[in-house]
Amino acid sequence: MTATEARPDRSPEFGGNEIGRDRRRKEDARLITGRTRWTDNITLPGMLHLAMVRSPFAHARITGVETAAAKDSVGVVAVLTGADFDESLGVCINAWPITPDQKAPTHPPVATDRISFAGEIVAVVAARSAAEARDAADLVEVEYDELPAVVDLEEAVKDEVLAHPDLGTNKSALWVFDSAQAGTGGNVDEAIAAARDGGIVLERTYRQQRLIPAFMEPRSVVVDPTGEQITVWSATQIPHILRFALAATTGVPESKIRVIAPDVGGGFGGKLQQTPEEMLAFAVARRLGKPVKFTETRSESLMSAHHGRDQIQKLTLAATKDGRVTGLKVELTANLGAYVALVGGGVPVLGAFMFNAIYKFPAYQFNCQTVLTNTTWTDAYRGAGRPEATYAIERLMDELAAEVGVDPLEVRERNWITHEEFPFTTVAGLEYDSGNYEAATARAKEMFRYDELRAEQQARRASGDPVQLGIGVSTFTEMCGLAPSRVLGSLDYGAGGWEHAEIRMLPTGKVEVVTGASAHGQGHETAFSQIVADRLGVPFEDVEILHGDTMVAAKGLDTYGSRSLVVGGEAVVRAADKVLEKARPIAAHLLEASVDDLEFKDGRFGVRGTDQGIGLTEVAAAAFAAHNLPDGVEANLDSEATYDPVNFNFPHGTHLCAVEVDTETGETRMRKYVACDDIGVIINPLIVSGQVHGGLVQGIAQALWEEAVYDDTGTLVTGSFVDYLLPTAADTISFDIDHTTSPATTNSLGTKGVGEAGTIASTPAVVNAVVDALRPYGVHDVRMPCTPERVWRAIREGGAGGDTTGAAAPHFDASTGMEGTVDRTDGSSPEGGDQ
Amino acid sequence: MIPAPFDYVAPTTLEEALTALSEHGDVAKIIAGGQSLLPVLRMRLNAPEWVIDLGRIETLRGVRDDGDALVIGAMTPHSVVAADPLVAEHAALLARATATVADEQVRHRGTFGGALAHADPAGDLGAPARALGAQLVIAGPGGTRTVEADDFFRGLFETAITEDEILTEVRIPKHPGWGAHYEKFVRVAHQWPIVAVGASVKVEGGTIAGAAVGLTNMGSTPLRARAVEAALVGQAATEEACRAAAEKAVEGAEPPSDLNGDADYRRHLVTVLTRRALLAAIADAGA
Repeated sequence: MTATEARPDRSPEFGGNEIGRDRRRKEDARLITGRTRWTDNITLPGMLHLAMVRSPFAHARITGVETAAAKDSVGVVAVLTGADFDESLGVCINAWPITPDQKAPTHPPVATDRISFAGEIVAVVAARSAAEARDAADLVEVEYDELPAVVDLEEAVKDEVLAHPDLGTNKSALWVFDSAQAGTGGNVDEAIAAARDGGIVLERTYRQQRLIPAFMEPRSVVVDPTGEQITVWSATQIPHILRFALAATTGVPESKIRVIAPDVGGGFGGKLQQTPEEMLAFAVARRLGKPVKFTETRSESLMSAHHGRDQIQKLTLAATKDGRVTGLKVELTANLGAYVALVGGGVPVLGAFMFNAIYKFPAYQFNCQTVLTNTTWTDAYRGAGRPEATYAIERLMDELAAEVGVDPLEVRERNWITHEEFPFTTVAGLEYDSGNYEAATARAKEMFRYDELRAEQQARRASGDPVQLGIGVSTFTEMCGLAPSRVLGSLDYGAGGWEHAEIRMLPTGKVEVVTGASAHGQGHETAFSQIVADRLGVPFEDVEILHGDTMVAAKGLDTYGSRSLVVGGEAVVRAADKVLEKARPIAAHLLEASVDDLEFKDGRFGVRGTDQGIGLTEVAAAAFAAHNLPDGVEANLDSEATYDPVNFNFPHGTHLCAVEVDTETGETRMRKYVACDDIGVIINPLIVSGQVHGGLVQGIAQALWEEAVYDDTGTLVTGSFVDYLLPTAADTISFDIDHTTSPATTNSLGTKGVGEAGTIASTPAVVNAVVDALRPYGVHDVRMPCTPERVWRAIREGGAGGDTTGAAAPHFDASTGMEGTVDRTDGSSPEGGDQ
Repeated sequence: MIPAPFDYVAPTTLEEALTALSEHGDVAKIIAGGQSLLPVLRMRLNAPEWVIDLGRIETLRGVRDDGDALVIGAMTPHSVVAADPLVAEHAALLARATATVADEQVRHRGTFGGALAHADPAGDLGAPARALGAQLVIAGPGGTRTVEADDFFRGLFETAITEDEILTEVRIPKHPGWGAHYEKFVRVAHQWPIVAVGASVKVEGGTIAGAAVGLTNMGSTPLRARAVEAALVGQAATEEACRAAAEKAVEGAEPPSDLNGDADYRRHLVTVLTRRALLAAIADAGA
């Protein structure tokens, strides 16, 4: 199943031509025009508006809160501080304690005595209008006793200043995977020691800068406590998980809570969270007995919604002289921010299985120390752990190619899993079901005109052109389709990874499909309709996709980790197949034929060898009427299925990027970007293109533009879009994308996830291109984002440029709590190394 | 993003506006296109009690020919300035710079006078105004006065306009036949320039007969690079001359250090951008 071959979804039993069709997204008209149910568009009778009072300090003791003036302000109904709530307020939970001894501070939705990051909530105001709430919030006087803040990750691991003094340390958890211990490979320290004698040892430190998800729709929540159930509308990716968390921490029975994620304007992982604002809105609505709404400002969103990335990656790669990798050792320090968020330390752990990427490494070790600081909490952001891993290894493979003196694609080919070797169990213990790295690479090279661009690069180098050309390679893979529940259980994750679907055949011939995946811009309505249309042989237009409401879709685990299609879609397929199973005996009965003589094709049960038959929708109507059903058959065709994936899902692809670097100014200008992704069978090419293009821009943005920056006191300097540079269409080029197809073998549609692929792949492709352009200047790294200034300094200073001199510091710092390479604990520069 | 409460008045004549200003001057802000003021209000970085809107005063809009100068009304939107044929002919540098301001939406709302009165050293229009020798006409209770652009910009966000005055129009001496180029260096298109250089040159018989060079975001005010101009006039319009003159762009500059670059990087950048702006302006003059 690894070569490019026909789709497996067309079993002869099913017809249809929807799968593979460029359907325009049926949800777009209402989403784009805004004539839809965004949370902030919801207005309820008697609804109050909330405003939050937030700390300007990163670390401080609250010595007093004066609310009298705010309470007297026009329109104000209540001003509440931490002291006004009891335990029914609940807490923000961490669902993935990555080690049994993980240190995690309690995360109350409102601070009572101590502030841990700038932007933390100190008080909440409820008023009759949003403006009155905001005005009154400005009148709340909070007295702070400022405490020393620890902001910098490298400072935090020293434990000299503590983010949470009560914990006694900033180190939250140390998570280790070792291939020798796991029995999946050899001893990495031995591999490195061996490579120091006659082989190649590369040591690098890469900085994954902090990013801000910057979804289009700011977070918003409406809570209606009237009625038998408390109804929560939230701009969230995870209505089901939010409902569970509310029930688990507030004492309100789960059966009394209904959570609705109406149309949600993007998330990128940033709305995969149980937020303090949701908890407070829930508590205030209950307390006042009135509906309340809170919609954050963009400034609040940037400073208090969770951030992503923020790791220091120390990497040691051992290889033979001809560039065959013999071992990889990874030591990560990952910034949790002030609290361990919902997924929290699990994000870097998701990367643990991906540093070996598409390669056959004999030995591998991964160490991750998660660290608390007085900064905004961090959690999932598009790719969540895998972009960081992919960046590290794809940068290293380019470095290895430079060391060996061969083309970057050549060194990859010497190490990658060949297509004949699938299924392949990796050194990290995962079984890759399918893939064809040769085919994707060949196609990408052809589209890119690789050899021509290499020739142009040589010509520019030879002529001393002030504008140099660099070519960057990224042959990524990732693990998505989260996730097999047993695997999650073995990693101590607090939930399973299944997904649920329900199909209701309406008497009028229409079809309702309920999915537990909760779309926030992905296009589920369209893609799932296409699948069901083909599977049941009904018109695309007759299929309605329902989701995002725990009353409608009672069971579900929501949308993240590129799981909706490969897990949720499979549940839909299975539910559809059950509909047919239920319909078959009724059809046979109505046709007065034997069940065994029926065949189902294009929405119709036919009697083999005759022209007799009956449509599925007619069977549905007959079931509804129930006038003439076989004995023992229930009067509907409705079916449901819960699907727990048997494995992760492994899309891959070859991305090639050409960047021109103006050596006078340091400006980078993208010239060409080719992405040839293998995402298995494609349901809707138009949606896939949207995911790939958007994903690419987000990954390119990490390489070139975006960085959340704090000052020494813990104030977010990039607190608006003036300083946090999001690219727009004006800043990007048109990408050339194509696909090779190795169908996934673990779901019946043969599909692989695509939501995060572009973001995971593109960052190293771009930085590799920038570094490639500058190799003649002795440059081997430019810190992200590769700003013109950093590029210019790298050219002037050579090596890693001014900003990554840390790469030459003692490599394995004992203060991180990690063990270090056995023969390099002193940080001395080894022979054969490449500092 | 809700501003603190304020009262609002939208006079239809300059006299009414001046009267409103004299009544509320110390607690009032004038709003022109609102592209700088509104974010400030919405982020509650400023909370004036009164906002006086000049948007309904028709006499403050438009571009007219006044002999040896163009006169641009303070409330003329960037989109009009950028597209105006008189500006293109007589003040090409201003047209080029205006076309780079932010994005289409901002250029339709933002105004020429509003941008100058805001006096952001990273704004695109101050440096071209200084380079072209603009004169700013300011109305107050005692009548109008005219201030040279060199004297107008006093410091960061600070101008010669006093609390009871309103900028009404800007006179720009005509520069017919001058080539022009605005070289703007940004990381993303909608960003304020990290550094920008506006250059306009008059070339006669291969020799530079006149030069006007302004620098954006190289100090607390927009700058005029007189040393560059002096080094060019009388020289042959060659790359060598431009390169040598561009080195002088750093004279008198005190660039800021921020996330987009330290001062030393900006000092380097300004020499590269000045050379490129001059060469492009020379090419434009020949076209």
